[in-house]
Amino acid sequence: MSEHPSDLRYTKEHEWVRIGDDGTATIGITFFAQDQLGDVVYLVLPKVGSSIEKDSKMGEVESVKSISDLFVPVSGEVLEINKDAIDHPERINEAPHDAGWLIKVKISNETELEQLMSSNEYDQAIAS
Amino acid sequence: MTTETRKPQESHQTLWDISVPGRSGVRLPESDVPVQPMPDAALLREELPLPELSELDVVRHFTRLSQKNFSIDTNFYPLGSCTMKYNPKINDMVASTPGFSGIHPLQPEETVQGALELMSNLQDMLQEITGMPASTLAPLAGAHGELSGVLMIRAFHEQNGNPERKVMLIPDSAHGTNPASASMAGFDVVTVPSDDQGNMDLKALEAVANDKLGGLMITLPSTLGLFDPGIVEVCEIVHEAGGLVYGDGANMNALLGRVKLNDLGFDVVHLNLHKTTSTPHGGGGPGAGPICVGDKLTPFMPSPVVERDSEGGVESFKLVSPPNTIGTLSAGHGNFGVLVRSYAYLRALGAGGIRQASGDAVLNANYLLKRLEHLYYLPYDRICMHEVVFSGRWQKAQGVKALDVSKRLIDYGVHPPTMYFPLIVEEALMIEPTETESKETLDAFVDVMIAIAQESGQTPEVLTEAPHNTPVGRLDEARASRQPDVRYRA
Amino acid sequence: MNDVFPHSYFPHTQAQRAEMLAVVGVGSVDELFADIPERFRNPEFHLPPALTELELGRELGGLAKKNAVPGEYASFLGAGVYRHFIPSVVSAMISRGEFLTSYTPYQPEVSQGTLQATYEFQSLICELTGMEAANAGMYDGASAMAEAALMACRITDRDSVMVLDTVNPRYRAVLDTYLLPQGITINTVSLSDLVVDETTACILAQYPNFYGGIEALGDLADTAHQAGALLSVSANPVALGMFKAPGDYGADIVSGETQPLGVSMSFGGPFVGYFTCKNEYIRQMPGRIVGRTVDHEDRIGYVLTLQTREQHIRRERATSNICTSAALIATGTAVCIAALGPGGLRQMAELSYQKAHYAASVIGAVDGYEVIDDGTWFHEFVVKCPQSSKETTKKLLLRNIIGGLDVSDSVPNGMLFCATEMNTMTEIDALADALGQIAKGS
Repeated sequence: MSEHPSDLRYTKEHEWVRIGDDGTATIGITFFAQDQLGDVVYLVLPKVGSSIEKDSKMGEVESVKSISDLFVPVSGEVLEINKDAIDHPERINEAPHDAGWLIKVKISNETELEQLMSSNEYDQAIAS
Repeated sequence: MTTETRKPQESHQTLWDISVPGRSGVRLPESDVPVQPMPDAALLREELPLPELSELDVVRHFTRLSQKNFSIDTNFYPLGSCTMKYNPKINDMVASTPGFSGIHPLQPEETVQGALELMSNLQDMLQEITGMPASTLAPLAGAHGELSGVLMIRAFHEQNGNPERKVMLIPDSAHGTNPASASMAGFDVVTVPSDDQGNMDLKALEAVANDKLGGLMITLPSTLGLFDPGIVEVCEIVHEAGGLVYGDGANMNALLGRVKLNDLGFDVVHLNLHKTTSTPHGGGGPGAGPICVGDKLTPFMPSPVVERDSEGGVESFKLVSPPNTIGTLSAGHGNFGVLVRSYAYLRALGAGGIRQASGDAVLNANYLLKRLEHLYYLPYDRICMHEVVFSGRWQKAQGVKALDVSKRLIDYGVHPPTMYFPLIVEEALMIEPTETESKETLDAFVDVMIAIAQESGQTPEVLTEAPHNTPVGRLDEARASRQPDVRYRA
Repeated sequence: MNDVFPHSYFPHTQAQRAEMLAVVGVGSVDELFADIPERFRNPEFHLPPALTELELGRELGGLAKKNAVPGEYASFLGAGVYRHFIPSVVSAMISRGEFLTSYTPYQPEVSQGTLQATYEFQSLICELTGMEAANAGMYDGASAMAEAALMACRITDRDSVMVLDTVNPRYRAVLDTYLLPQGITINTVSLSDLVVDETTACILAQYPNFYGGIEALGDLADTAHQAGALLSVSANPVALGMFKAPGDYGADIVSGETQPLGVSMSFGGPFVGYFTCKNEYIRQMPGRIVGRTVDHEDRIGYVLTLQTREQHIRRERATSNICTSAALIATGTAVCIAALGPGGLRQMAELSYQKAHYAASVIGAVDGYEVIDDGTWFHEFVVKCPQSSKETTKKLLLRNIIGGLDVSDSVPNGMLFCATEMNTMTEIDALADALGQIAKGS
């Protein structure tokens, strides 16, 4: 059974995107990604109010002995960052798709969403 | 009171826990000069919140701490790429004689001729060992030598009107200091892959050797413990493209008295004296990282260099600055105390001795390779140099990681090998026995590795929960990183 | 080739070598080196002949005797490296093989000794400097200052630094080596010309400064902070035994040379640089950091932490390339501070202050010598001599005195003298007498 909810969209860099009722995108890293990283200890996230562009580097997630870059899945303006996850990086391991979200974004180009993967596609991508 | 009956708290008491106000471990004489007026009290501190201990408190505290370490003096310590060979005691003894340990770096040169002569002799010996025509002892550690070397390469290209040569090639097996040093010197790092034999992929190298090439940083033998038989071609490709070759001498223990790096085409190489020449590593330094330099780069060497002057038949020594020097690396002239030890080591061995050192080091590594290859996967099945890299992938299939094998070794009194490095080997276990370990020690180690391989299949939990007999078990590193506690607070 | 070299460092017998070669499946050790291209294999190596331990002692003893040793000579040389009393417990502790012959503590379960000692070093340094976080140490004080400047540039995302011209010139030279290749502008200015703007990453100051003076760190901190820059201070840890801590003035990064606290001068190294900062900047620190944590049974233990900053993980994006630094020396410093305690350190600082001020008073009383005395200073002072500094140095040496450092490039005929608790009143009076004689031309 997949650990990756079907209502989310995914990137090959292991971010997920959830589109809320108000059209904003919530972004995080996948169950698979946090499992590979191990205990997450530190996050570097973009500033609230900054504009981020698809596929560019937007931050870092650190485990004890590795760092991974975070890439922007959809362009837009950063509305909010998860302060709770910054103070408690273990949220990423505990609930990567919920309490461990990273940022909320006001999407600037909705067509980019079409380039994201479904959970099935993502599961296939990480299996290969 | 015995260790067993001590309260658990005592085993990790800090200096503050045992402090008692009013104690002191040192008494200094009263002032013998007429009292001088003190400065404005506003400039002075009121509090100096340091622990207060008697002399015995200090001795017992640090002695007990020391007993929680594994060390060469107490344990077999086959930590790959670190060359944990025996550190001869005479070297420490001579380094601490007042004539060396008590002299000030800025004394007039005529008062430190013995120190400069020693440094000059050491330069000569290191040059002979590498075949390089020049050297400086200024860098304080291997990475400091790397930084100097790549700064010199940069200065060379700038001097020749090629400031655009900003690419530094680094093999995927390289130590992390290589890319970090190149980056500090303003280079863009490009990674070159290794081929399936662990050698540099020459085609991949040719593809990136262009007119933006500044140089290549390469470790010989590589971090896989392998001598790249194509090294001469590698150097030629880099030179033809206009680049220079930096040699990371971390693994020089394999080559002592066997080959001169200058002959192979290297332009500059650093030596880790705390590895190759047995100076004690001290739990993380001090080291020394002298660089030996070919003709092209000699004018750019960091300052100072010791120069021998034989004018009028009287030998004298002085510190000089190379004409186009990249500058100075520290306020001193190098880690002199380490240099003294290194000098003593090389004088104890001579040419025959260093050759025996590399011979026995390589023999020991190959002996372990042969005796363990049926139990631990050998990713590169060929004769190795001074260290052998196994992969724990067979154990991983049993649910045991290289980390677990390492931690279990501790229970048997052996310091773990280097783990998870080089990065291109899955579950890497890098074992460097060194030449100073006896066959008896190696055989005992083999027995332990056999036992661990058996445990891995039969009782894997013994490994995954190891170590069992240490002052602390596996520590919560995530907690240490999430809530950094880097200083004691009362 | 049959060139066996028996030595006390090599345990194998010839019979054992033969046995091992058989296991490996080769006929000789030489065959193991077959990957080395043949034309370059086994060249001649011309090294001096091997010495036995007995001969080695003689050889090195002979070299050591050619040096003039402060202590045997009265010495008033400082300028960044100082002769202080070193309690005997320091070398006794760091000569222990368990500290001396261990590697960097990558395996915490068998390195708690080094790790806790380093944690205590960090803690002691934080107390001394008044700072919140410290690392395990840098190579020396000069490279620590250069790394502090690089760190300030990373934190502020600016690429220009202001260096006071009262900073040790040898430190300023190291700044050039480290900073210029990274495109950072170094402005060397006097206090009166100091201007900090929105391009400035930090002010770099020394405390006490190279000439002994106590800089007004509070003003410097205000100046820096008003422009969004940092204040980075390099401080002498013995001076911090009596003078207010840089952290109390608002310094953001405090580094320095730990040598005065328990480290022999050893012709300039090995020393250890300490490095501290405010907590908020800890992830931008270079070097290793030891942290306290617990194991699965809740036992307290120590580990290398925040390692993702470092070269072995972050590679070309690491905060520094530093790997091996000077852990043993840091342990020695921790032992020294623990032995001195607050009383001993304060006394060491005050004795140095007293002796140096006495020295300045007697030298100032000698005809022809002028002590430059503007403001508060610690244990170093500049004297304008009637003859060239070179000449004075030479003539003092003839009297078995190692004089101050020649600083005639900044002060005409200037010499920078230093005194510590190691200098007796008799020595100081002899120095003044000698200077008097030299002034009179003898």
